[in-house]
Amino acid sequence: MKSITEMLKPRFWSTDDEVLGTNRWFQNYRRVWAIAVALLSAVALIPLLFVSSMDYRATRNAIMSENLLRTTRTTSNTRRTVSYFLEERRAALALITRTVPEAELRNPNHLREILGGLKAAFGGYTDLGLVDENGRQVTYVGPYALQGKDYSDQPWFRETMDLGSYVSSVFLGYRDLPHFVLAVRFTLDDKPAILRATIDISRFQELLTDLTLSGDGDAFIVNTEGILQTPSRLHGDVLEIMNLPVPERASRTQSDVVRSSEGEPLITGYAYVEGTPFIVMIVKRQAMLMESVNKASERILWITGLSGVVILLVILGVATFMVGRIYDADQTRIKAMRDMEHANRMASIGRLAAGVAHEINNPLAIINEKAGLLRDLFTFRDEYKGDDRLVGMVDSIINSVERCGTITKRLLGFARQVDTYMAPLNLPGVVREVLSFVQKEAEYRSIDVQVILEDEIPSVVSDRGKVQQIFLNLVTNAFHAMEDGGSLDITIRRTNDDMVELMFSDDGCGIAPENMERIFEPFFSTRKQTSGTGLGLSITYGLVNELGGEMDVASELGTGTTFIIRLPIGSEAN
Amino acid sequence: MKILLVDDEIELISALAERLSFRGIDADWTDNGDQAIELARENDYEVAVLDVKMPGMSGLELREHLKAIKPEMRFVFLSGHGSEQDFREGSAKASSYLIKPINIDELIERVKNA
Repeated sequence: MKSITEMLKPRFWSTDDEVLGTNRWFQNYRRVWAIAVALLSAVALIPLLFVSSMDYRATRNAIMSENLLRTTRTTSNTRRTVSYFLEERRAALALITRTVPEAELRNPNHLREILGGLKAAFGGYTDLGLVDENGRQVTYVGPYALQGKDYSDQPWFRETMDLGSYVSSVFLGYRDLPHFVLAVRFTLDDKPAILRATIDISRFQELLTDLTLSGDGDAFIVNTEGILQTPSRLHGDVLEIMNLPVPERASRTQSDVVRSSEGEPLITGYAYVEGTPFIVMIVKRQAMLMESVNKASERILWITGLSGVVILLVILGVATFMVGRIYDADQTRIKAMRDMEHANRMASIGRLAAGVAHEINNPLAIINEKAGLLRDLFTFRDEYKGDDRLVGMVDSIINSVERCGTITKRLLGFARQVDTYMAPLNLPGVVREVLSFVQKEAEYRSIDVQVILEDEIPSVVSDRGKVQQIFLNLVTNAFHAMEDGGSLDITIRRTNDDMVELMFSDDGCGIAPENMERIFEPFFSTRKQTSGTGLGLSITYGLVNELGGEMDVASELGTGTTFIIRLPIGSEAN
Repeated sequence: MKILLVDDEIELISALAERLSFRGIDADWTDNGDQAIELARENDYEVAVLDVKMPGMSGLELREHLKAIKPEMRFVFLSGHGSEQDFREGSAKASSYLIKPINIDELIERVKNA
């Protein structure tokens, strides 16, 4: 049983130079095949890969910019909320400075009432203090004893005096809760004064934790020094230093991809809250956001891979088929050329042989007649009655001439088409007829001759004499090749609708491979020393061709030889 | 029995004539067609043995001339040079055809059966 690789291997694959022989100008089929496959694959696959990668990039960029845009929008909204939150509380302080009479602001009891009101209305207010133009806290309500504290050398005091309002960074205040300071300037007794409040960040924090964010998102506030103002889930707790770089100041909301300290890409949106040290930040993990990209790229990969495989298979199939066709055509051409070469060689040798035979025949005829006359004189004329030695010599001449004549007649027979008479023949009958000629020899040498009929053999329209001669030549040939006691099998079968095949298989000495090419040439004989003229097989070949048949030989040295004759069945009309 | 031998090879035809005479066949011979026609006019030959290829008149042409003179005459052809065409024409119409070198007994048999 053939292996799969054997079955898939195209016919031309194992053609090597030896088989191509002198026809080396024919292609190296494997090379042609490889070039065809490489070119076709390149032409088909490169655009496919190019388009696939373009598609992948486009998809990736679209999803990326979509994510950035969404992050920007969320960040911007959050900043607005934070801004509004601060503005609301600042506005509450401003309202108090405008509506509460000065005396009441200086009165701690009144101020405590106001602080209670603020706590109830807004929440988050921890203490409230009034600071005069010299930086001294004149009134204070809250959990600390800060009454009379001097703030004149503090930066926030100067800033509030200069700018009108102030928001501090978050610091650890009362009961270790993070707070920030909100201060507004106003006019008290025609002098500038400051109303200062401390606010804890719990409400502030809620604004951020309430956000629902995709991609494991984290929203928090950091100050310009990178200290976290609200706790972050992933980037540090409140008042710790954020483990991400502080974004550069920008007037508008920005978003970008930033790498974490572990190298993980993070989509980061940030916005500076005007008039405060706060930066609102939203950080999402790119890997989670880009999951859809992975799905898309997986799909693209599958489609590309499958198309690539299909294209490759088709290319392999087409290339193999085409090169196979070229190979077949070349093989047919090589065979036709060899046949033609052989036929030409046969024809030219035949012409030469015939020419020689013609030239020799006339002088041979003269020798024949003169020697015949000599013999006649010795026989019929008393005065010439020679001795037996002379008669013997003349007989020898006549016999030699007769032998020469046989050769020249055979040569002529080889060269010339003898008249053909086509009639329906019963091939097995003709074979038996021919065998009857050699029956005596077969018996004498105890050679076993078998005629095997594989099918019902139809009658074949051919020339009886030529068919007989072909068979006789092959049978005598086989007899010459065999030792006494050998066997000759003659198999007759119908190969297809219009051919009958005869195989003459002997178990004789076989033909050496180097002689196989030449056995059909005239004068080629391995029996030169004995009786061979070297014309038998060439004449047989010629006759088979003349009858429109084919002749083949298969032989193994020491095992035997099979001559195969295929004759057309033909019709009487032909 | 009287026959006529025509072949351009004198050596061949003269020896053949002599050998036939040993075997009781009266054979006249000549090496050219013209003389053959003359001989045929003067004598009654039963059979003419003609070489197919001769200089001047070929054996096949000669047969036509001889048939005109003696319609009952029969023919045997000899050939050593015969082309395929000669051969086909000869084998179609001649009563017999032999390739040189010939066997004398075979020739006599053909002549008698002609």
